[in-house]
Amino acid sequence: MTVKLTSRMEGAACVVALEGEVNSTTSGGLQAQLLPFIGQEGRVLIDLSGVSYISSAGLRTLLIVHRRAQQVRARVTLVGLSEEVRFVMSATGFLDFFEVTDDLDDALERAGG
Amino acid sequence: MTVEDLRERVDGYPTRRINGYRVRAGRPFPYGAHPVPGGITFSVYSDRATSMSLVLFERGAKRPVAELPFPPEFRVGSVYAMTVFGLDVENLEYGFRAEGPFDPAAGDRFDAAKVLSDPYARLVSGRDVWGAEPDWDDVYPYRARIPDDDFDWGDDTPPGIPTEDLVIYETHVRGFTRHPSSGVSAPGTYAGLREKIPYLRRLGVNCVELLPVFEFDELDNPRTDPRTGDRLYNYWGYNTVSFFAPKAGYAATGRFGMQADEFKSLVKELHRAGIEVVLDVVFNHTAEGNEQGPTISFRGLDNATYYMLTPRGEYYNFSGTGNTVNCNHPVVRDFVLSCLRYWVAEYHVDGFRFDLAAILDRAPDGTPLPNPPLLEQLAHDPVLRHTKLIAEAWDAAGLYQVGHFPNYGRWSEWNGKFRDAVRRFVKGDAGLVGELATRMAGSPDLYQGRTSSASVNFVTAHDGFTLNDLVSYNDKHNEANGEGGADGADDNHSWNCGEEGPSADPHVRALRMRQMKNMLLILLTSQGVPMLLAGDEVGRTQLGNNNTYCQDNELSWFDWGLAEGPTANTELLEFTRALIAFRRAHPVLRSAGHPTGSDRVGSGLPDISWHGVRAGAPDWSSHCRVLALMRCGRHAKDGTEPDENVYLAVNAHWEAHDLELPRLPAGEVWHLFADTSQAAAHPLGAEPALEHPGRYHLGPHSAVILVGRSAGPR
Repeated sequence: MTVKLTSRMEGAACVVALEGEVNSTTSGGLQAQLLPFIGQEGRVLIDLSGVSYISSAGLRTLLIVHRRAQQVRARVTLVGLSEEVRFVMSATGFLDFFEVTDDLDDALERAGG
Repeated sequence: MTVEDLRERVDGYPTRRINGYRVRAGRPFPYGAHPVPGGITFSVYSDRATSMSLVLFERGAKRPVAELPFPPEFRVGSVYAMTVFGLDVENLEYGFRAEGPFDPAAGDRFDAAKVLSDPYARLVSGRDVWGAEPDWDDVYPYRARIPDDDFDWGDDTPPGIPTEDLVIYETHVRGFTRHPSSGVSAPGTYAGLREKIPYLRRLGVNCVELLPVFEFDELDNPRTDPRTGDRLYNYWGYNTVSFFAPKAGYAATGRFGMQADEFKSLVKELHRAGIEVVLDVVFNHTAEGNEQGPTISFRGLDNATYYMLTPRGEYYNFSGTGNTVNCNHPVVRDFVLSCLRYWVAEYHVDGFRFDLAAILDRAPDGTPLPNPPLLEQLAHDPVLRHTKLIAEAWDAAGLYQVGHFPNYGRWSEWNGKFRDAVRRFVKGDAGLVGELATRMAGSPDLYQGRTSSASVNFVTAHDGFTLNDLVSYNDKHNEANGEGGADGADDNHSWNCGEEGPSADPHVRALRMRQMKNMLLILLTSQGVPMLLAGDEVGRTQLGNNNTYCQDNELSWFDWGLAEGPTANTELLEFTRALIAFRRAHPVLRSAGHPTGSDRVGSGLPDISWHGVRAGAPDWSSHCRVLALMRCGRHAKDGTEPDENVYLAVNAHWEAHDLELPRLPAGEVWHLFADTSQAAAHPLGAEPALEHPGRYHLGPHSAVILVGRSAGPR
């Protein structure tokens, strides 16, 4: 099992799309790949619509990325959470920490505004 | 160098390989399994084992992926400790295999055929989804795992509510929201309970006491309901499998192993709402049962250390469940203390209620100790310094210590005598006026020299009738429990008000409503710490079953149709809310010191005065069923907080009485807050003045609260 990361610029926002499972096997590498996007100009949108499952270790990776962003006053938004991912994040309290948007277009519009 | 790039450690490297795994000697402390740079250190104690192996599984696999014997030089004293490198923590389950003698007479019951769970396991899988059928042939049914322990608490701080200011609400994690009517997104879970915090806030309670949440096996009950053939459960959970692990089946995310995060999130949100969390903990016995019980952990690691044994090596059974934890053995004391510290430090819980706590002061041979080291240690422990400690001060072998549980000025007790006195008085038993007065004053007869917070007052608890059933049934109806109706207590002091079970008779129904209100009124105006059973505020019924330990169904679940919507029991719910609000608004009911009957602040009034039908003339005689008392507001919180004067009267007689009211200081008049014969209480601060200033007509089986204040608007 792997997680695939692709990135693209949409106006001032950088969209980082993940695909696969985020678990203890993949989260370490993912963290190393995600951190360089933090601190760049503009906003980072992490698109999770291709992610079927995020484990405990995976949620922690996302929270670490979020904390790093806060330290450099950058903004990270999560987009496209599946019902199950959203449920797990809500039940464990992780959802409270993040800015979350359902729809990528909405998020881009807000980022543009 | 900054703290952010910590220096690499020289012990971050393996020294040898065992069965293909890179390892080195570990540190013996802390016990259990803990991440260290590059690996995990596993540490386990066994005094009598001749050898020990670490057994590793991939998550859910039937067979171990590896077994790593601890080399003799990895042992310090009786502790085996090893660091294993390169493990995938999230995908790992571990246990131990201990070899040693099987010699029950000498106390040893080693069984190298068993994979043993770590007593210090902080996460356990095997019963991840409540009630899900397990693989009964699993070689390792309760599997130790390693949790992530970096939960983000933000700036969570315990509410730190003084014990005497608590209003405790006893509930069951699953039962609170499992009913289809709960409307939460994850019924029957920690997350579900979190969604109901607004209800708790509106009710006004400031502490929830949760029935056991340490990992247990809900499927360890072999019985079925004889009428339906349905499986019966161990629903309450007083049969601990693993003391450091939160019950996975109570977590919506248990199947992902995230129960620790989910439970912490619940505690954090309760704290944010100003609500403390007390855990009901069961240290008197374990799920291993007697000689015929399963070998899960303790029995196979060091039977003679963890259990009280007779001289012939049989299990003492002071708990009524087959075995008794050897709480005052130094190793076990350490275990209990570590466990409680862990729940306070790691989960931020605010207190504990100890099931059958009298066992905690028995010596290894079962003798009650005058100065039990475990209890003393808990009372003075630095981490537990501000933690509420509540004892169920009896056990199943006749040790009854209500009023004299070794307390070191720290322990509170479930006051079973309060429960019995209130029940008996309200149902109309004669000869109880004096005892009720003592109970309402904080039971100074039992707790002399201690504060009133020593007494946790209650009328109902999970064990026994609900409040509704207490006024609806003369006898228990436990047939559904599969023991021919023999289980459960017989001394319920209940009265059905004229008809057994549900009634359509308006007179019976009205009387039951009044009786419930009467008991709630006494509970919530008495000195001491009131505890409510969840659902009593809406008249929840168990259809007369007073021992629903095995009923995972509508009999036990909170029916939210009673709390909201067209079928709601609004009258009782609003009345309960009003009483809680009244208690919280009137510190005179919550002083730490017991009242003395004298004027200690120069108010001209004694802190408490007793009355009957005539003011100043209480009738303590055996035929009397009326008690009235007045609390002087100037004595609130032992004279440190302002309050009004409060008058309470309870009439358990079947006839009405005209009560002469005690005189108030000049300029003050009596105002009516609540009369249990009326549907609703009056809004706090807007209580109407009495028509007749010196008299009150109190109906049959009724109680009243009056407030004395200046005649004008407040």
